[in-house]
Amino acid sequence: MAILLNRSTRVIVQGFTGKIGSFHAEDMKRYGSKLVGGVTPGKGGQKHLGLPVFNTVKGAVRETRAEASIVFVPPPFAADSIMEAADAGIKLCVCITDGIPSQDMMQVKRYMLRYRYEDRMRLIGPNCAGVITPGQALMGIMPGSIYLPGRVGIVGRSGTLGYEAASQMKALGIGVSTSVGIGGDPINGSSFKDMLKLFEQDDDTDAVVMIGEIGGPQEAEAAIWARDNMRKPLIAYIAGLSAPKGRRMGHAGAIISAFGESAQEKVEILKEAGVVIVPTPSSFGEVVADTLAGMKKAA
Amino acid sequence: MDIHEYQAKELLARHGVHVPRGGLAYSPEQATYRAREIGGSKWVLKAQVHSGARGKAGGIKLCANDEEISNAAEAMLGRKLVTQQTGPRGKLISRLYLEEAVDIAQELYVGFVLDRKEERVMIVASAAGGMEIEDIVEKAPDSILRTSVDPGVGMQRFQAREIAFGLGLDHNLIGKATETIFSCYQVFRDYDASMLEINPLVVTRDGNLIALDAKMSFDENALFRRPEISELRDKSQEDPRETFASDRGLSYVGLDGNIGCIINGAGLAMATMDMIKIAGGEPANFLDIGGGASPERVAKSFRAVLGDKNVETILVNIFAGINRCDWVAEGVIKAIREVGVNVPLVVRLSGTKAEEGRRILADSGEAVIVADTLAEAAEKAVAAWRAAAKKKAA
Repeated sequence: MAILLNRSTRVIVQGFTGKIGSFHAEDMKRYGSKLVGGVTPGKGGQKHLGLPVFNTVKGAVRETRAEASIVFVPPPFAADSIMEAADAGIKLCVCITDGIPSQDMMQVKRYMLRYRYEDRMRLIGPNCAGVITPGQALMGIMPGSIYLPGRVGIVGRSGTLGYEAASQMKALGIGVSTSVGIGGDPINGSSFKDMLKLFEQDDDTDAVVMIGEIGGPQEAEAAIWARDNMRKPLIAYIAGLSAPKGRRMGHAGAIISAFGESAQEKVEILKEAGVVIVPTPSSFGEVVADTLAGMKKAA
Repeated sequence: MDIHEYQAKELLARHGVHVPRGGLAYSPEQATYRAREIGGSKWVLKAQVHSGARGKAGGIKLCANDEEISNAAEAMLGRKLVTQQTGPRGKLISRLYLEEAVDIAQELYVGFVLDRKEERVMIVASAAGGMEIEDIVEKAPDSILRTSVDPGVGMQRFQAREIAFGLGLDHNLIGKATETIFSCYQVFRDYDASMLEINPLVVTRDGNLIALDAKMSFDENALFRRPEISELRDKSQEDPRETFASDRGLSYVGLDGNIGCIINGAGLAMATMDMIKIAGGEPANFLDIGGGASPERVAKSFRAVLGDKNVETILVNIFAGINRCDWVAEGVIKAIREVGVNVPLVVRLSGTKAEEGRRILADSGEAVIVADTLAEAAEKAVAAWRAAAKKKAA
């Protein structure tokens, strides 16, 4: 079923009646996602886009049996919304919101630990493009048309760079099982490693493309995990070759502040762990095609 | 967002951390007046710029009389201080801070950072203070103490006490050190700091514990709820190109190359800059135009990029998801006609409404070099830049 999301996943929208929430809710519905309602405190009982609006996530879960929630709530209130979803029994939460304070995210991560592992919500984002399982469902803001359904997983921090990779693959007839944007913030819900674990177990995924960037320890951690545990090929690109030290490149997390966080250093660590490196951002398509061809030969 | 040393000290002093007596000065006269206010016989004059390593660069002077203070102040004010951390452009000195000189018995290091791996606030301390933390890590790695704070309950006093004992302090200083570390953490948390560094935290000969220097940065995502911190912003310490862009809601970082970039999305922006470098050029900037870019916003981006006199070619690379390429194309034409673009311009449009966007560019009759892929865009931009540079030279 690819990972995280498929056509039968029951999805609600938090921040449903706002301009951004409405726009993307319609887009997701059009793509085929099973949208079952939304939450806007104070507007419970109304209908919006033909779907019921609830005051609380608990209320929405009770009435619609929603399992997944996408958050379009503004930054000052977003952390609260994520915790509300976790407490209401939502299994997958995708937070699109950009600009959540780091201390709020520390609290969110700590809060989620209060639930038993089996009951714990999985958070994707914040500050991300979301999740798409091409041909089935979309929980995010990406343009659905650039993805071909297929068997290669994509996980990246950046939205638009993920589009670049998917469209280069599509041009060569290569499709995607699921594409996940984990977001550009220093503290995020799910790491590269978390997603690699899911892709490794997924019967519908043959290989994974990881799109990293400067800053933070996550890419290196994921590569070490892949070296020891992954049987599927891992293909990676690290953005920020030309980024100077100590400057924040747009994403709050994209800043080189410690050893091992520059693009060159990360590429070295990845190479040593046996990861296939995409040398330039224009060669995603070729490198994936070559890797898949190599797999076929080996089999 | 960074603040000045004197601002950080004021904040810390308000929460019980001991700092030397001092005062701010904008002129040599004010500096000598401050010396009399503070009293004593020795003072330290410190350039207030957003950078560490000021001492080596001539930004910190020990003075023993009015004449020395006045001369040092005159030499510093209005000058750009170039340190290891500022880059070659340096940072303007327009404020000075005069402090009483302190008789130092021992120098310690205490720092607070956001640890991305642990997803917690990490406290780092060392008895080998006075040098940069990178040097401590290299020269005295065994002296480093680390502890992290559970965000659920905050820092506990025992954690501060453990550090105080771990630093090997005299027993009558343990209480003071515990309070100092604990207060620093509270300031860090209460004001949404992203970094707080006291280097050095000194033990004086008369048995006091004083923050001799203080550096603080704040989480920009949290400034909405910290107006008292936003007020401390000093635009004179920023790259004017970046101030212009950030005042218009654009995410911009100035670099030293000649190819100006206008791109949507931080990751794609970094990747495009990498591509320019691979093609043999150097990017002049990082600029993320963001989602929902209107023609007006595109035109503003051109203004920001062209504000940099080093820009000799512009590359626009848009992969539209929630953006619309037709709007971007309209913005490009608007910029050419209203802002005036007198350098070669390469545009690549992909994603939502890309066909419409390309048609708008073609129908406009303006001299726009169109590219279909990322690689082609970077190659064409570098080629156009080389041709323009050649023409200029000839």
